[in-house]
Amino acid sequence: MSGKILLEHIDVPGINTFDTYRKMGGYRSVEKALKTMSPEDVVEEVKKSGMRGRGGAGFPTGMKWSFLAKPVGVPRYLVCNADESEPGTFKDRYLMEKIPHGLIEGMITSSYALGANTSYIYIRGEYFYILRILEKAIAEAYANGFLGKNILGSGYDLDLYVHPGAGAYICGEETALLESLEGKRGNPRVKPPFPAIAGLYACPTVVNNVETIAAIAPIVNMGGDEYAKIGIGRSTGTKLISASGHINNPGIYEIELGLPVEEFIYSDKYCGGIKNNKKLKAVVAGGSSVPILPANLILKTANNEERLMSYESLSDGGFVSGTMLGSGGFIVYDEDSCIVRNTWNFARFYHHESCGQCSPCREGTGWMEKVLHRIEYGHGKLSDIDLLVEVSKKIEGNTICPLGDAAAWPVASAIRHFREEFEWHIKEATLSQSRNFGLLAAHPALVK
Amino acid sequence: MNLAFSEEALALSKALMKRYPEGKHKSALIPILHIAQAEFNGWLSSDAMDYVASVIGIKPIEVYEVASFYSMFNMQPVGKCSLEVCHTGPCAINGAESLISYLENKLNIKLGQTTADGMFTLKAVECLGSCGSAPMLQCGVNYYENLTNEKADDLINKLTAENRLQSYTDIK
Repeated sequence: MSGKILLEHIDVPGINTFDTYRKMGGYRSVEKALKTMSPEDVVEEVKKSGMRGRGGAGFPTGMKWSFLAKPVGVPRYLVCNADESEPGTFKDRYLMEKIPHGLIEGMITSSYALGANTSYIYIRGEYFYILRILEKAIAEAYANGFLGKNILGSGYDLDLYVHPGAGAYICGEETALLESLEGKRGNPRVKPPFPAIAGLYACPTVVNNVETIAAIAPIVNMGGDEYAKIGIGRSTGTKLISASGHINNPGIYEIELGLPVEEFIYSDKYCGGIKNNKKLKAVVAGGSSVPILPANLILKTANNEERLMSYESLSDGGFVSGTMLGSGGFIVYDEDSCIVRNTWNFARFYHHESCGQCSPCREGTGWMEKVLHRIEYGHGKLSDIDLLVEVSKKIEGNTICPLGDAAAWPVASAIRHFREEFEWHIKEATLSQSRNFGLLAAHPALVK
Repeated sequence: MNLAFSEEALALSKALMKRYPEGKHKSALIPILHIAQAEFNGWLSSDAMDYVASVIGIKPIEVYEVASFYSMFNMQPVGKCSLEVCHTGPCAINGAESLISYLENKLNIKLGQTTADGMFTLKAVECLGSCGSAPMLQCGVNYYENLTNEKADDLINKLTAENRLQSYTDIK
């Protein structure tokens, strides 16, 4: 095995077309499932695979599927979450653009397993050009008998549609996504009931990330047990990592879970090291929401063990000295990076994206943005640092959806690991220095 | 109110409404609002939103509350070409700030403003999922990535020559 599963055929010319995709073994999982397996068999294989949701939360997909309610006479829905908006994450875009049939095959096999006869792909509005790519691929799948009535003579019917959003990070939260798909504002719902009981149009619904659904085809093809042999421990399979920031080779990499972080950053097969021969300062390993870690803690755990690209290893040490694999949005910062400015940038993002339903998030994200702005622009007070920590604690855990936590963690972790840089900004930086991003960040005392 | 969709846009809207179950055609609201923006000069006036409400058969308030929630819907007039520069995290550390300054100087406008000839609006937007190809901007349906000042110049020239509304949906 090349080590690649989702991207095995990424370099085959024409892999975006039905004919080439089919020639390379595409749609085999649909044939296998519809002709030789019951829906329950498919769910069982996904359970055995141990695959955890690739959108960020990492909840086991097979277990999520098994929660789906099946009242008689009520339609069930599968909705693909293609609202990829977590800063640092661009893997789903890559997958859908390059191998659209991979997602469509996964949607058909998964819809069969869940007993859904109508399924939707909810894609962020900014990806409109990919919506066109998917619609073309869906038309090809219909024309070849893999969608529509009586697929492959099995008696199973499925209609598949792509639905655009219109610019709202919150719609990546599954209940906000369902509200949006129903033609409403993207306000997350109070849970319970969970979508598995009352989701789209109050019917039982599963919402899964693009990468999760695309992985269903290889899981069904090779069997759950085989898939579970890939990876390490409870981090089974491969994961797409979006690599960005100050590295030589930004892009999408499919890695076997368990790859050492150091190898991922420095090997020419992956990020290729830090740009311009600079030193590594920090990494945000799983999208902007997860705690930022300084170089020493991203390469090794607090117990001096090698840090691996896996759910368990990245979260080793909890939030004191660890972080999360999250969506796999891997952002690398070199020695000249200004952590205060970056934290302010993320705080602005979450303030902008807060839906406004819950006061702690609506008000708290605004406060964090303002306080960080004044520190960055030379008007901060030393007491502002503890104020930020306090505000982040008031948001965390006190909101309907996880956006509040996602906004709190980057701020709390930046202060936890880079407190002296915040203090330096407040005590030493003049306004003119602060405005000069590069100069300020290069202060010798701050380079570790 | 004299606004109305072209025949093509109306047919497309009606077809979109059929993608959802009986009685759930309000689901087509966001897709149809994208069409409305493409049809009505890139923004959603009260008249445009009222018209969309009549197409779907829902109350105007149901359209207003949705249109005002999503950042891709413009509630004010914009230029034919909205240059939407991503300024979140990874783009911010890889040249987004200098790209914005360059465009401000070149177009002689500030962020959020529109050129006097109504051609360009300059915006800073949040993460567009192009973190590995920073700096970048979106204009209409297209992404322009790994931008330099020279590439930005070429883009401005190209869009000026095309001289048309660059819409997200690009249905025409």
